[in-house]
Amino acid sequence: MRIYAIVVFLFLYVPIGIIVLFSFNAGRHASELRGLSVQWYGKALSNPFVGDAFVTSLIVALSVAVLSSLMGTAAALALQRLKGKIRILFDGMIYVSVMIPGIVIGIATLVALVTVFDLLNPLLASIWPEGTKPPKLHMGYASVIAAHTLFTMSLVIILVRARIAGMDRALIEASMDLYATPWRTFYQVTLPQIYPAILAGFLLSFTFSFDDFIISFFVAGANTTLPIYIFSSIRRGITPEVNAIGTMVLAASLLLLMTAQFLLRERSSR
Amino acid sequence: MPNQSTSSNEIDIEFRDVTKRFEDVVAVDNMSLTVKRGAFFSFLGPSGCGKTTSLRLIAGFDQPTQGDIFIGGNSVVGIPSHKRPVNMVFQQYALFPHMDVSENIGYGLRQRNPQPPRQEIIRRVDETLEMVRLSGYGKRRVWELSGGQQQRVALARALINHPTCLLLDEPLAALDRKLRREMQIELQTLQREVGITFILVTHDQEEALSMSDRICIMREGQIVQSGSPRQLYDEPVNRYVADFVGKTNFFNGDVVDAGDKGIAVKSESGQVFVGMQPKAAPGLVNGSKACVAVRPEMIAISATDEANNSNNITIDGQVTNRIFLGEHTEYLVSTEGCGDVMVLSPKSVESMSRSFEPGDKVRISWGSNAALVIGDT
Repeated sequence: MRIYAIVVFLFLYVPIGIIVLFSFNAGRHASELRGLSVQWYGKALSNPFVGDAFVTSLIVALSVAVLSSLMGTAAALALQRLKGKIRILFDGMIYVSVMIPGIVIGIATLVALVTVFDLLNPLLASIWPEGTKPPKLHMGYASVIAAHTLFTMSLVIILVRARIAGMDRALIEASMDLYATPWRTFYQVTLPQIYPAILAGFLLSFTFSFDDFIISFFVAGANTTLPIYIFSSIRRGITPEVNAIGTMVLAASLLLLMTAQFLLRERSSR
Repeated sequence: MPNQSTSSNEIDIEFRDVTKRFEDVVAVDNMSLTVKRGAFFSFLGPSGCGKTTSLRLIAGFDQPTQGDIFIGGNSVVGIPSHKRPVNMVFQQYALFPHMDVSENIGYGLRQRNPQPPRQEIIRRVDETLEMVRLSGYGKRRVWELSGGQQQRVALARALINHPTCLLLDEPLAALDRKLRREMQIELQTLQREVGITFILVTHDQEEALSMSDRICIMREGQIVQSGSPRQLYDEPVNRYVADFVGKTNFFNGDVVDAGDKGIAVKSESGQVFVGMQPKAAPGLVNGSKACVAVRPEMIAISATDEANNSNNITIDGQVTNRIFLGEHTEYLVSTEGCGDVMVLSPKSVESMSRSFEPGDKVRISWGSNAALVIGDT
């Protein structure tokens, strides 16, 4: 049993370890190690395409994180008040949306958006005043952000719901009893109690959006996010530069995930 | 309100035909009661009897399905809890974990509109800390405090607002026995000092008896009896109250002679008991099923060969169990026809006469004024 576990872990982590190791390769081929150096990190960071892709990914991920933590928290607070069958229905739908494979979300969003755009664009053109150029809806930042938020919002809902469920209901009543209006109760008691979950949801959403390739691939339009850039550069062969980018993304994601985990654990231990 | 009548000035809380339903469960059933200003009032009953719901109706966390509730003479139905002049001490205290002790206590003041000046809040928080004997604890985090200290913070957080009425929901249930006793005394002292109405919810009859000046015993959303602790103990209106308040021996039988001076009840085994009817619950007639209640401390225990004392009911039996309780010794005496009888013998008597061992033949006796004849419900 123990050997089996070791084999599984090796299988999981050795490839990742190799990528990290080869990102420090001094040579120019990905497959042979010729001394250690950080030159590929320098190359990657000075590559303008990488820079652009990174900025795109950052914009998308930040927007997704902000939107999904705001909407997810609001939804979680509202769902908390639901009872009976409607609640079961919503709970089910939230879990399903987390379980739907990314490729399905990608295709579905693509098809839905293309259909809507095809309907709206002629309509917009017809009502737009003569002489000015009508706007043309197309795939871009908005579509990636929307598609990612669709998924990550459910994550935030689940995290915040769990936090609310673990919160002493009497705290809210105590606040109301001490003359606080519902709004003041929300930001003086409820928010301080659930913010670790919101923050964790924010970080998870950010990480998910930043790392996502599948959904972005379908709906990003002309925008190139970092994972899309990596994918396209791999087609020209794996270079230590790709490894360096991968390692940096990995490090950043791990850091965020650990922060989220820490936030969730530290608060619940009280 | 300027146009209050003088009578409503004396009454702090009033329920008028209040009913509270949760879907198909009736938590409070057509209840009417008044609580006088400055009283220490208790709702006593087992869990699910509606006592906590009654408290939540006063606090405004729940609204009555029917009926009217008055605080200080004004109807509060439909008014949310943050606009009511009452404050609550919660069962698990519900202190805000993200605030320190001072911030918790000052919370109510900070919600006022207009907010009192900072210096004023600090001064009053310090004053209140002193009142609950927690001076110097202001900067502590609430989870660093012991149960008793948290309890006092919860009290301070409520009392700083000078509510017209303080609501206490099983406030001592989370404390250990010794601390509970101390806090009971402290609560009583505090209530006398601040002079506001205290309404306590408890399932602990000892707590209710020792602290309150008025107790309302509830069952299934209704008031069974309300009165002073003494009244409830000495003259319970029925078996439920007698059983709930203190320990009691019950003997079932039929009324054979319902006279003015006393009622005679004959048990199935033929033993005739004589006792008084509580003034609050008359109405027993010949032939009705009744129950004779005798408090264990009213029963004398003696050897069978001892000369008869003035007690007119005597039964012989055998000691089956003896529990030494410190100030008392509790005997369980098995009798023929009257079942097991509990007798509490005070230490002062114990030391004078000899004590009995399990297996000893004994005679138990009591006077007819010690027995109460009540309805069998």
